[in-house]
Amino acid sequence: MNTHIKKLFTLGLAALALTVSRAQEIDITHTGDGFGKKPVPISISGFSGEVLEVLKFDLYVQGFSFVSPEAAVYQVSGSNAGDVTGTLTLGKRAVFSRSYNGANVRRQAHALADDIAEAATGLKGIGKSKIAFKSQSAGGEGEIFVSDFDGHGAQPVTSDNAIVAKPAWMPGRMALYYTSYTKGNPDIFSHSLSSGQRRVIAAYPGLNTSASVSPDGTKVAMVLGKAGSPNIWVCDADGKNLKRITTGNEDSSPCWSPDGQWICFAAKISGRRRLAKVSAEGGAVIPFNTSGMASPSEPDWSPDGKWIAFTRLAGDFDICVMSADGRVPATVVAAGENPSWSPNSRTLVFNHSINHRQVLSVLDVFTKQYKDCARAAGSNSQPAWAK
Amino acid sequence: MKLNKLILPLVLALVAMLATTGCKHGFSGKTTNLKNSNGGQVGNPEDFQTKPVKFDDGTGNGPGNEGSKKDQFGRTPLSTTLNPDIMDQNRSAFAANTVHFDYDSAVVKDKEQVNLAFVAQTLATDATGAVLIEGNCDERGTEEYNRTLGEHRAEALREALIKNGVSGDRIAVRSYGKDKPADPGHSEAAYAKNRRGEFVLLHPK
Repeated sequence: MNTHIKKLFTLGLAALALTVSRAQEIDITHTGDGFGKKPVPISISGFSGEVLEVLKFDLYVQGFSFVSPEAAVYQVSGSNAGDVTGTLTLGKRAVFSRSYNGANVRRQAHALADDIAEAATGLKGIGKSKIAFKSQSAGGEGEIFVSDFDGHGAQPVTSDNAIVAKPAWMPGRMALYYTSYTKGNPDIFSHSLSSGQRRVIAAYPGLNTSASVSPDGTKVAMVLGKAGSPNIWVCDADGKNLKRITTGNEDSSPCWSPDGQWICFAAKISGRRRLAKVSAEGGAVIPFNTSGMASPSEPDWSPDGKWIAFTRLAGDFDICVMSADGRVPATVVAAGENPSWSPNSRTLVFNHSINHRQVLSVLDVFTKQYKDCARAAGSNSQPAWAK
Repeated sequence: MKLNKLILPLVLALVAMLATTGCKHGFSGKTTNLKNSNGGQVGNPEDFQTKPVKFDDGTGNGPGNEGSKKDQFGRTPLSTTLNPDIMDQNRSAFAANTVHFDYDSAVVKDKEQVNLAFVAQTLATDATGAVLIEGNCDERGTEEYNRTLGEHRAEALREALIKNGVSGDRIAVRSYGKDKPADPGHSEAAYAKNRRGEFVLLHPK
């Protein structure tokens, strides 16, 4: 972070502290079971072009709606003549006044949007976060890409010109795990984005796919077919100490609970499609009650531990969210598939179909507001939000 | 579709964007070093080894547990010695023997026995031959759900071939999920063609 921003941030903390009690009254944080909460009305003035676009995108997918200054709870005004400057007021009270420099105006705009979102919701903003995803041509070949959370600045990570699948981040590091058919068989690779080096993690006979790294970065859960059925296996981050965790007919899409104790996955149990959890050490498979949502798959456990997002297939795909403790039943929040939580457990990135091509979209779960990301070449799917 | 109404303006914007940037771009790039474009979020240089970990799992599913022996769960572990990617692959030998499945099912239907018998007979008279079974799915279901379903289909066909007398260590499996459709259409007829298992005859190079 630029030192100038840091100074302003420190000054802003004092102002932020003043607004905390009021922000809680507005309550757009997900303390209850409410999906479909009202967005927070905000007015924006003084910005133009790309900066205005970024502000509106970022704030919309973090639960704000845009209204006139008179109708707004929060007002943001400022300028992008040169560097970005912005002032946030809550009614007549100034919340903060900051200027941003360094990087580019796009990143400055993300930083301002983050500061506004954090002031209003108490949650760290998502504007500077990254996603990884798969981009596929009509022929099936594709590459793994990394971009900003809104799809901008997409860069290919691989140059395999092969079927690729399911990127997953190593928590807190610029490193990915993913599947590639580059050698023919679907194998799992780890790939350091800082050094560009990659290595084989799992290249066993049959299926090797759906890598998911434990929150502490030490273990990888994945689907292997080597035992004669596609099951969940766990190994160390370097591929060693492989252990079979499940023995069902059709296990897929493992993800970790944030405490690293559980692996949630999709299974076929007694002929029924279910979501289930199993201890990361193996043991009894415990089905979730997904309240009749057809063919649940692709679970993702929110970093705060409260929620599990997943995909259901009922004609078209839908994104569903339920509480991990079973108290809040599964609810459809958008049409789409492959949800992945933001680091602050409020937003999902997912993909949905437009004329049979997949497009990434960012969804504010608790207001159900979403916007499509900028698109890289081809069909974009299986997004993974860096945490 | 309900989404289309909501996002029509965005689609139009996207079309305009694609028109100016072109669609072909992006698949030819080399491995990209993102260190400098990261904006300081995360990123420690890592000292990954380059030596691959391959075909060595330390779980006891080694050479002693191969062939057609079932494990305690009734499955036959895959051969750890048969690698189709270093063999000659003949896709025409069994082109007429592709097996089809019902929706969301890996059950091998009785009527497919004739195809299984043909593959088994061919291998019985071909001492150096082996077979790769490729499992495929229609586009309903997510990509990973279908990758698992395709694997289950290929493995179900593998068990069926073993019942037809083929040794398990001559059968490899591969799932393409929904990434390699036989018919790119979106109709029920296309889906029926795509729910399939294909046999590829393998020989040492």
